[in-house]
Amino acid sequence: MSTHDKLRTPLKRARGLGSAKDGTHHFIMQRITAIALVVLSIYVIGLVISLIGGDYAAVRTAVANPVHAVLLVAFLVATFWHAQLGMQAIIEDYVHTAWLAVTSQLLVIFVCVLAAIASVLAVIRIALGGA
Amino acid sequence: MVIGKRTAAASISSATPRGPGLPMTDSATGPAAQPRLPLLMANRERPLSPHLQVYNWQVQMVTSILHRATGVVLVVGSLLIVWALLALAAGAGHWASFGGFARSPLGFLILFGWSWALAFHLINGIRHLVQDAGWGYKVETFIRSSWVSVIGSLVLTALIWLIAMAQGGSA
Repeated sequence: MSTHDKLRTPLKRARGLGSAKDGTHHFIMQRITAIALVVLSIYVIGLVISLIGGDYAAVRTAVANPVHAVLLVAFLVATFWHAQLGMQAIIEDYVHTAWLAVTSQLLVIFVCVLAAIASVLAVIRIALGGA
Repeated sequence: MVIGKRTAAASISSATPRGPGLPMTDSATGPAAQPRLPLLMANRERPLSPHLQVYNWQVQMVTSILHRATGVVLVVGSLLIVWALLALAAGAGHWASFGGFARSPLGFLILFGWSWALAFHLINGIRHLVQDAGWGYKVETFIRSSWVSVIGSLVLTALIWLIAMAQGGSA
């Protein structure tokens, strides 16, 4: 216990959220999505390589496969989640003009969320067999 | 008391002999490894915050900034995946135009660069996860694992494209 702890109330320490009010949540989520992506990106690289040279129908059939579809959706969600967290850290570090920082943070969030929704919906459309 | 001029301080700090390498993190070497300035000099010329121009080149600097750079590249590149999936869902015609782009010289260049960025971010990301778990902080280990990231990413990229070309005939 350092002198630092004497300056904090027990409640403050128990909450463990610090001055930014979100504690280690960003760090933890970045690592969880990173670990997921180690496995998922290797899987997707393998899937893409196996589909090279295949025609439209072959690629569509592969993506429609339930296992591929589920893991693809997991890959897409983890990718854009991880992307937002990483871009957030980069903007926090390098962009010091307030309005520019807020604008680029919002832009990153909107692009990542929209990209995730659009790509996941595309996989679902293919998986459910709609034309 | 005279406050040291920036230029004078910078020139002195760049002439100061340094150890084998400035640590990326404090826990790598600790304060003992830092060259200690004589007391007189320390009073007159306090070290300014580390500046890129006075650092010796080190591989750890490269892996550190490349991790961020490849991260940004991958964010942009992942929008290509969105395009591909939207095209695949939209129909054969849209898929063909995506395929046309992917096979064009520009598309090939983007895909190749993107595959390397992915390979590097993947290998160096695993390295960072290992370090997050508390391993690999000895200076030699740190430098060696940096080289593993750099060389490993090139090997993995070559491997991906060799398999891809063997698989498809024309990538």
